Amino acid sequence: MKRLLTLAASAIALSAVPAAAQDVAITNATVALGDGSEPIKNATVIVRDGKVVAAGADITTPADIPAIDANDAWVTPGLFATVTTFGLSDVGAVSQSNDTRAGGSPFSAALNTAPIVNPNSQHILIHRAAGITRAATSTMPSGSIFAGQGAIIDLDGDSNPVMRERAFQMVHLGEGGARLSGGSRASAHVLFRAALREAQALSGARGTPQTTEISGGDDVLLGRFDAEALVPVVTGQQPLYVAVERASDIRAVLAMREDFPRLDMVLIGAGEGWLVADSIAAAGVPVIADALDDLPESFEVLAATQSNIGRMVHAGVQVAISANSGNNPRNMSQAAGNLVALNRIPGAAGLSWGQAFAAVSSVPAAISGYDGKAGVLTPGAMGDVVIWDGDPLEVGSVPTMVFISGVEQSLESHQSRLRERYRDLDESNLPKAYDW
Amino acid sequence: MGTLASTLALTACATTGSVNASTDNSDSDDEAPRFAAMTPEEGPFASTYSRYPGRPTALVGATVFDGAGGRLEGGTVLFRDGEVVAIGGSDLSTEGYDVFDASGKFVTPGIIDIHSHLGDYPTPSVDAHNDGNEATSPTTPEVWAEHSVWPQDPGFSRALANGGITSLQILPGSANLMGGRSVTLKNVPSRTVQGMKFPGAPYGFKMACGENPKRVYGGRGRAPSTRMGNFAVNRQTWFDAIDYANNDSADRDLGMETLVGVLEGDILVHNHCYRADEMALVMDMAKEMGYRVTAFHHAVEAYKIGDLLRENGVCSAIWADWYGFKMEAYDGILENAALLQQAGACVVIHSDSENDIQRLNQEAAKAQAAGLRLGIDLSDADVISWITLNAAKAMGIDDMTGSLEPGKMADVVLWNGDPLSVYSRPERVWVDGALLYDANDRSRRPVSDFELGQPGEGDVK
Repeated sequence: MKRLLTLAASAIALSAVPAAAQDVAITNATVALGDGSEPIKNATVIVRDGKVVAAGADITTPADIPAIDANDAWVTPGLFATVTTFGLSDVGAVSQSNDTRAGGSPFSAALNTAPIVNPNSQHILIHRAAGITRAATSTMPSGSIFAGQGAIIDLDGDSNPVMRERAFQMVHLGEGGARLSGGSRASAHVLFRAALREAQALSGARGTPQTTEISGGDDVLLGRFDAEALVPVVTGQQPLYVAVERASDIRAVLAMREDFPRLDMVLIGAGEGWLVADSIAAAGVPVIADALDDLPESFEVLAATQSNIGRMVHAGVQVAISANSGNNPRNMSQAAGNLVALNRIPGAAGLSWGQAFAAVSSVPAAISGYDGKAGVLTPGAMGDVVIWDGDPLEVGSVPTMVFISGVEQSLESHQSRLRERYRDLDESNLPKAYDW
Repeated sequence: MGTLASTLALTACATTGSVNASTDNSDSDDEAPRFAAMTPEEGPFASTYSRYPGRPTALVGATVFDGAGGRLEGGTVLFRDGEVVAIGGSDLSTEGYDVFDASGKFVTPGIIDIHSHLGDYPTPSVDAHNDGNEATSPTTPEVWAEHSVWPQDPGFSRALANGGITSLQILPGSANLMGGRSVTLKNVPSRTVQGMKFPGAPYGFKMACGENPKRVYGGRGRAPSTRMGNFAVNRQTWFDAIDYANNDSADRDLGMETLVGVLEGDILVHNHCYRADEMALVMDMAKEMGYRVTAFHHAVEAYKIGDLLRENGVCSAIWADWYGFKMEAYDGILENAALLQQAGACVVIHSDSENDIQRLNQEAAKAQAAGLRLGIDLSDADVISWITLNAAKAMGIDDMTGSLEPGKMADVVLWNGDPLSVYSRPERVWVDGALLYDANDRSRRPVSDFELGQPGEGDVK
């Protein structure tokens, strides 16, 4: 019996044929819409043609749609992870398998993540089984302060993971950026401004394009292709994700919009964001922040506290919980739960359950350009629906079913196959290698 | 005191002859040498910790996990003078105790992290603070982690306030096959590491197999550069230690003293090892040399050899869900802890992280949930033992802490809810009966020297 079940499971795992979107109604569920509202009991979610058509209480299930009785289980939109390296590496410390950093490349801003995303990566399969259905993925700053152009992907494992290529550019302007640009923040700022001025000239907006090649030693910090890649940044067509932590660095970054007013900025990190929360809110700049950092890991995060996100949200900042808040991105829902726990600690600033869930679903989706389209169960949104075996922010809860655009997904991976093989250690008939 | 200690040292040397004074040609065997260091038995760098004052306290009406697998609803926990006095039901007399209504709350023993680098890799994580790996030789049994511990590491306070950590083992890193001695601390703020050392705790000895040592030293063109090189260097070093132990006239050798301590069973081996096949080889090496492995740390593949680990009596100190960050972690699965428990092997959940040490309870809960999904019966009380008594056993301090039993240290956490829920936090933490953290009282929140005058000083963290 066990063998039959396992065979069936592997057949799903190995199936390369994309399944068709199913129309489905999930009834009798505790539904979190993902929009910041609190969960709704006895609710229904209806997906038709790969999109959400209705979600909430008092919804009549159309007779022509197959219904799944959730039996009080939690149902939510798929989680949205930002910023990840999904599809860019198999094993972090195995350099041959790892495309996340191009430290030896002559290119930086010109790097384009989209063509190198591997939808069959185990990290994608494992995180899909954790309820993450879409993500931002990008190379990381390594050869220069510019990381390259990230992509927005889905995790359905079909042959076309990329939803939007060149979705954002990333630049490091904190301690790390200082090291990459020659050893000082001063150098990083000059490089950044010089690059944007050149991009401005290339765009025809102001100045005359020069033949750019800024190099430091043997490293090209900015070449012609990189400057060209920054044109959509300086013209505001492509968001610029700025990695920055220290309060004074955040202020300096916000001030750059005086010289480059069309920059569409998102802050990444902002470990001391709570100290300048009002300025960030006034600038209308969203933040992607690590939820649980509370140690002075470096001199740029001396004021780190788990209340950082709560305080920024209370000041009116739009904040997504970073997918890097834990050891791996599937822990971002745990991070969100921890922020709910803070509400019971005197002096701490937490999030409501609805806010916390939104910070791993609709808010990162909105920052990624999918406001109202992903991370929410509102009519017209993508049909990404997850049925959970418990409160999705509680440790230990996992999905029992995951739909992406209305297509039910396999929850199998290398990990689930190992789990099945080693349910017992019985080798009395044959070695474990035959148990698959 | 100093004089007394030296006198004792001289006596000890004279009687044991363990120090190689040049007495061979001496006319008189009982003539004391002119100079002598303290012997290992005299315990240099001794603990100076003594408990802080505490009130006799009765926690009443709580759900109590005793750390030894027991659970009590509406329980009463009594402690005074640094010790647990009793745990029981509402019929326990609380006369003479400060009574605290803990109904709706949970009580556990202080949480114990068997694998931490707080102090030897402190924050801020600047190069000047990289004191965890003496990566100048693949075998450095001569180094002691306590000499690297910076007691002002702000991480200790986070572990206390957010994680309820009352005891922890600080290990050297894993660059070396033999990384040196560990030190077990009470999580008490102190000006000195001696003021944190857990009185009476045995030393541990950090070993590492697999990728790290062969990478670090192979990259320098020296042994070991392969896994077989790892074993060759280890085995030759153990042969040397056995020779040293059998040779009364050998010069004192710091590293050899530690290895002999392992052979004698006084120092407990904590072996960083990921892969199942390598753990099996290490257990055979231990048999060859005549020592015991107390625990494999990280052990992401322990679930593949739960039977072997049970038969050898070796604990697995593991994460709940770390995987895939290096080749030897490729087969990490969430069910590791539960499958080990099913096999009857010893499970400890560890952190190896200044962040996860603040949430060992949540890590344990994740591992529990994965097991329950497999149909493995894991009670909440058993799961709490993974981060309390099991850790204490593997650190050799279980006769003093790790469970709420009369006479044991009053290391106690009062949680504001179920500790296996993401929504719960420590409300109060006592170490040896002294209240060292209180979520409702800012004055019971430790702030390290480093954080004074900095943004966020004394903030909730």
